[in-house]
Amino acid sequence: MISRKVLVGSLVCLGAVAAVIWALAGTRKVHYLPYYLPCPEIFSMKLQYTEEKLIQLFPQLFYQQPRVLAPKRQDVLTVTPWLAPIVWEGTFNPEILDSAYRPLNLTIGVTAFAVGKYTRFVRRFLESAERHFMRGYRVNYYIFTDSPESIPRAQLRPGRRLLTVPVQRHSSWQEISMRRMETINRHVAEVSHREVQYLFCLDVDMVFHNPWGPETLGDTVAAIHPGYFQVPREQFPYERRSSSAAFIPKGEGDFYYGGAVFGGLVKNIYEFTKSCHMTILADKANGVMAAWQEESHLNRHFLTHKPSKLLSPEYIWDDRKPKPPEIRLIRFSTVDKNYKEVRN
Amino acid sequence: MGITKVHGLAILLTAGITGAIWYHHPFSPARDREHAASPAEGSVLCRKTDLDETSLLLPWRQDVLVLTPWLAPIVWEGTFNRDILNAQYLQKNLVTGVVTFAVEKSLRYVQFIEGFMRSANKYFLAGHHVNFYLFTDSPKKISHLQMAPENHLFVIPVQNDRRWQDIPTSRMDIISSYIHSQFQYEVDYLYSVDVDVQLLADIGVEIIDALVATISSWQITSQIENNDHETHPESQAAIPEGHGDFHYSASFYGGSVSEVYKLTRACSEGLMEDRENGIEAWWHHERHLNKYLLHHRPTRLLSPEYYWDTELSPSSIQVKRMCPVRKDSSRQAPETKNVKPLLFTAPLN
Repeated sequence: MISRKVLVGSLVCLGAVAAVIWALAGTRKVHYLPYYLPCPEIFSMKLQYTEEKLIQLFPQLFYQQPRVLAPKRQDVLTVTPWLAPIVWEGTFNPEILDSAYRPLNLTIGVTAFAVGKYTRFVRRFLESAERHFMRGYRVNYYIFTDSPESIPRAQLRPGRRLLTVPVQRHSSWQEISMRRMETINRHVAEVSHREVQYLFCLDVDMVFHNPWGPETLGDTVAAIHPGYFQVPREQFPYERRSSSAAFIPKGEGDFYYGGAVFGGLVKNIYEFTKSCHMTILADKANGVMAAWQEESHLNRHFLTHKPSKLLSPEYIWDDRKPKPPEIRLIRFSTVDKNYKEVRN
Repeated sequence: MGITKVHGLAILLTAGITGAIWYHHPFSPARDREHAASPAEGSVLCRKTDLDETSLLLPWRQDVLVLTPWLAPIVWEGTFNRDILNAQYLQKNLVTGVVTFAVEKSLRYVQFIEGFMRSANKYFLAGHHVNFYLFTDSPKKISHLQMAPENHLFVIPVQNDRRWQDIPTSRMDIISSYIHSQFQYEVDYLYSVDVDVQLLADIGVEIIDALVATISSWQITSQIENNDHETHPESQAAIPEGHGDFHYSASFYGGSVSEVYKLTRACSEGLMEDRENGIEAWWHHERHLNKYLLHHRPTRLLSPEYYWDTELSPSSIQVKRMCPVRKDSSRQAPETKNVKPLLFTAPLN
């Protein structure tokens, strides 16, 4: 028989202790224990890949000889400090690259996520891709959607296929966005690695305006975000909280890459999406969501594993921005939309 | 009332809960966790880079071409950060090899070995593991050469009973057969360098790529736009007018062992066929190298800094990394057509 006084007394004690702990925890930095969710077994799968072929050329081409003392673009950086090319209009000759890549008989894969209301963007995406994306090559479009019946059956050129992949719809748009890495990784492991050699992961709410060709093919390809190519690295919207696995401290960072476009050899996409998904999981376990969802994780990954080729903002433009003189040709840009309405 | 058992129980309970909470939320400063999401080897690249802000609107070299039309980088001083490249190279645990020929009968190349080895040990991929393969017909004449601790020297004897013109042509043959039998198991990347050179500045991991060639110096110094490609049409190395991106020097080229194997095989086959047809393309192997590289474009080009063989110093050349050493002209074969003179001085250290 516990008397009321004792009960009240101990409850008050408990409450006081809890309040003290709460106060202390609020003032100090919070530290999380690293904690990893169990890996799905596909992450331990070993994939067999076909040999990567080097570019071989059969030139019967007549073109102006490049001049060693005449740079093509003097207004922009065209090679990164780790000697990866940055693809701008004027830096490359599309004929040479075409003559190098056509004989390799490649199939290029494109992934795009059209979940929920985003299915409305698929038609324009596909139509513009048919006009501009990798003309003359075999292309597989992988549209990931939760409602396959709403994907329009577009008329495609010969050698190009449309495949819908059913995915689960998640609760919030951020979750959908971040789960892309896992979904792409799983898809590569199960399907794409057999069907394509190069894979591009693009946002579906965008449209092609100008040719996108084999100049974009490379081991690992990232695109420079249009909003941040003119600002110093301190202003990049990297994840700045050290509790996140996507943390990049001030003073570090090469470029700010956009999450809407990345690509490369299918085996590198597998590794890349796997490691991004692991860091996303780590954050999830710690209850943190990175500032720009998987784009922050993408940037973190590309800081330590630098891309072998960069695409200028021509390849990932935002039409709401005014076009500066450095951008001569916009190839791929966002569709104007009401964000609130579409993300609901 | 006094402290009863129930009081004690209540205090114990409170203490227990407090202890449990403390255990799960350790907020003492000693448990500070550094960001460690990336794997261990990735931390090499987390270092702050020393270079200035990489601005996309500010190319470092505005006076020269830094990217070929097929998007292969051209390596000039100021276009790369060696720290980043070193970190990437170390991540992959690579071994690089250098092949060079020092054959007595022709032009007394043996005298150059010491200078070459000394400067190469100092400047060629300094700090990384390099295998030097020295083909020579007089292995006994090579005095004890001091090698850097991370480098190895392999002296491989070859026969010297050939005409002087044959040495460069059989070079390709020798390299390809040794790649097949030996080098492919020992190195990942292989570079062929003339022995009569001195390295004067760092040549580092910026040269490591699948197929790498050096642009000839006279692409900058010559007034004429055209290359002097072989205009002997029957020769296998004849390249039609109007074609040809750059002229590449045969004094310094290389790449991954598989690519160098394909290159040397193709060149030696072409040279063999030429010889059977009675054509000796003068400047032999360089012509065939250029023809091969026209059909199989290099994945990375080295600017003429990497093999500078004239006395001129144009402003575009900020660093001279490798220069040929003065040759004794009396030893040259009588019927040479020397459009590109080989006599010059290189500043000796």
